[in-house]
Amino acid sequence: MVCDVCKEGDVVIDLTQVEGAEVRHLRLCEKCAAERGVETSLVVPKQQVTELLQSVHQHMPAASDDAARCTFCSSTLRDFRSSGRLGCPHCYSAFEKSLRELLRRVHGNSRHVGHRYVAPSEGDVERSVTAGELRDRLQRAIESEQFEMAADIRDKLRGLE
Amino acid sequence: MTLDLSLLPSGGVQWLDASGEHADIVLSTRIRLARNVEGYAFASRARDGERLRVLAQVRDAIPGVTGSDDGVMLRVDEMEAGERLLLHERHLVSRELAGLDAQHPVRSGAAVFLARQSSIMINEEDHLRLQSLRSGFAVSEAFSEVEAIDREIGARVPYAYHPEFGYLTACPTNTGTGLRASVLIHLPGLVLTKEIGKVLAGLQQMGLTYRGLYGEGSEVVGNFFQMSNQTTLGRSEEELLDHLVRVVRHVVEREEESRRVLLRDAGYIIEDKLWRAYGTLRYARSLTFEEAMNFLSGVRLAVGLNLIAGLSVYTLNKLLIFSQSAHLAYTAGRALTENEANLARAKFVRKALAEEPDK
Repeated sequence: MVCDVCKEGDVVIDLTQVEGAEVRHLRLCEKCAAERGVETSLVVPKQQVTELLQSVHQHMPAASDDAARCTFCSSTLRDFRSSGRLGCPHCYSAFEKSLRELLRRVHGNSRHVGHRYVAPSEGDVERSVTAGELRDRLQRAIESEQFEMAADIRDKLRGLE
Repeated sequence: MTLDLSLLPSGGVQWLDASGEHADIVLSTRIRLARNVEGYAFASRARDGERLRVLAQVRDAIPGVTGSDDGVMLRVDEMEAGERLLLHERHLVSRELAGLDAQHPVRSGAAVFLARQSSIMINEEDHLRLQSLRSGFAVSEAFSEVEAIDREIGARVPYAYHPEFGYLTACPTNTGTGLRASVLIHLPGLVLTKEIGKVLAGLQQMGLTYRGLYGEGSEVVGNFFQMSNQTTLGRSEEELLDHLVRVVRHVVEREEESRRVLLRDAGYIIEDKLWRAYGTLRYARSLTFEEAMNFLSGVRLAVGLNLIAGLSVYTLNKLLIFSQSAHLAYTAGRALTENEANLARAKFVRKALAEEPDK
């Protein structure tokens, strides 16, 4: 079936226009539909987050933070740039300056004004750093070749055991 | 606690009951809070042991949640693929937690509090995603429920929190309140009158975003849209929710207005189109999911316009959920091929509609 307007393109949309009591049917190709401002498909914003983060990153100066590494999870800012995800809560302190700027661009503000959280006191939590947790961190430090950090963790682990 | 399939098929679907404001246009309201446990890497970087400890820590905190007696704790990663899809179709867990796209989910869990119409996803992108799902347009009810559960869990599990940035999340787009409020809304009037493009563009200018039926990355089918707040930081929870409510109210009014225009200017065309949709659902022998969704959208509009009386919104809501593949397979007691599912779907829809008068 060819377009009612240009008589050339393949029909992609069957348009029903209602004006007063008059009903008009138009079969349009993609080009003619676009010229009339008719959407031929609904565009669902996909990957919004990744695109947004990438566009924000491009505007971020290659800060000194780039060389920095989170002392808890061994992530770098470069890791964040490629994945769009931070490694752990401590990354927010490790890359504070860059993240403050990023949050400001993403949310229009970098200061939390919502509910304030009061962490439970130690007695309610009943947990301390376990050897298992330290082993996980040690493994991660070794994998990312953070040998100095690994040595620190190993010392803590020995102390615990 | 383990998964009790006898809780299904009714488990966790109170949100279908079509109670709540504007229930024929707004199907459901969901509010989720993203939280992480202090002392562990975020889920994507966490090692296996860390994920297990997060799971254990949340599990230990659950008896402290009011009304947890009827709660079920599911190890999603230990469930069969069909069961995981079932939970997802029921909107209880995300696609990501159900591990439907990529690899099998690792150490993922879900705690479902049936009476409170709330659940917690564990080890998704964030350690905890607390959510409450309500029928209709019920923002404040959903928020007060999820907020209460958040307080109860947060008093036992130390959350990652920063005095300046608020609740810390794996993705900076959720940082601050960690709050995402979304309404599932049916807008056939705006689609038919071609006003939808303008409405959606306006929505984005107002700081809201939209998605398809199943959230991020999903297609718009059956004229169902999910609308939610885009930012989470710099405004309080109440401000974010108030803003969403105001914008959604406006969208509902625009939808009602387009329905009036359609009836006034093209009454017989619309009436014919919608009855044809009903006729197809009532008598078809094979229906794909997309077909079923699109015809159900038409019938839903017809019920909203009082063209078809005696058919409840509740029945239509149930059809949306129970005519999905995993639900049909669950009813059949075995996996179905695509053709078998299409036949089973048509049969299920015919039966449901035959049980309700159509005049």
